[in-house]
Amino acid sequence: MPEEFKPGCARPTGGPVGEALIQGETKNNEKPKETAAMIKVGRKAPDFSAPAYLKGKFVNINLSEYLGKWVVLCFYPGDFTFV
Amino acid sequence: MSIDSVFVHKMWNDHELSKMVQGGVPFPMMSDGGGKVGSIYGVYDEDAGVETRGRFIIDPDGVIQGFEVLTPPVGRNVKESLRQIQAFQLVRNSKGTEATPSGWKPGKITLKPGADLVGKVWEVWKTEMAFD
Repeated sequence: MPEEFKPGCARPTGGPVGEALIQGETKNNEKPKETAAMIKVGRKAPDFSAPAYLKGKFVNINLSEYLGKWVVLCFYPGDFTFV
Repeated sequence: MSIDSVFVHKMWNDHELSKMVQGGVPFPMMSDGGGKVGSIYGVYDEDAGVETRGRFIIDPDGVIQGFEVLTPPVGRNVKESLRQIQAFQLVRNSKGTEATPSGWKPGKITLKPGADLVGKVWEVWKTEMAFD
């Protein structure tokens, strides 16, 4: 079950969980690019952790909690947009 | 999941979405400030600072079975997403012995790939089936 958390003033954020990102060569302090090439059908969905609002509570969600279930993961541009 | 904070998600759910869906959004509205998760899924638009409309179908083993990504002005077709999930569930339940041809929806014929079917699909599957 998702774990509830008490939000403070800072905006909580999440991020990838597990395997280190594959880092390519970096030129003069250039930020290593997180690889977008990890996404392929038939391959594991990268695990992540993210804060969420769920039915009146603030909780932390890990994708790995949903193993054993079908998941639809949706991204969208922003709250209060029109489409 | 969007770049909005959980606080904004709460306001959007409580003040608008709950007026569209009784009881409000029943699933987690996740926050991805900075687009870290969107970046690994290839849907974060760094120039605009927002996520594009990415939708991933993930099976019970955590494997991505399908995805679709649209630019912001065009909305998704939820019916089509549900159809795809039903198709992937059928294939999984058949342990890969059945496949769903173009235009499949629940109740329509599936195909059983194998030596007998090679060159014979035209006998069991008609082009109109892709469109109805």
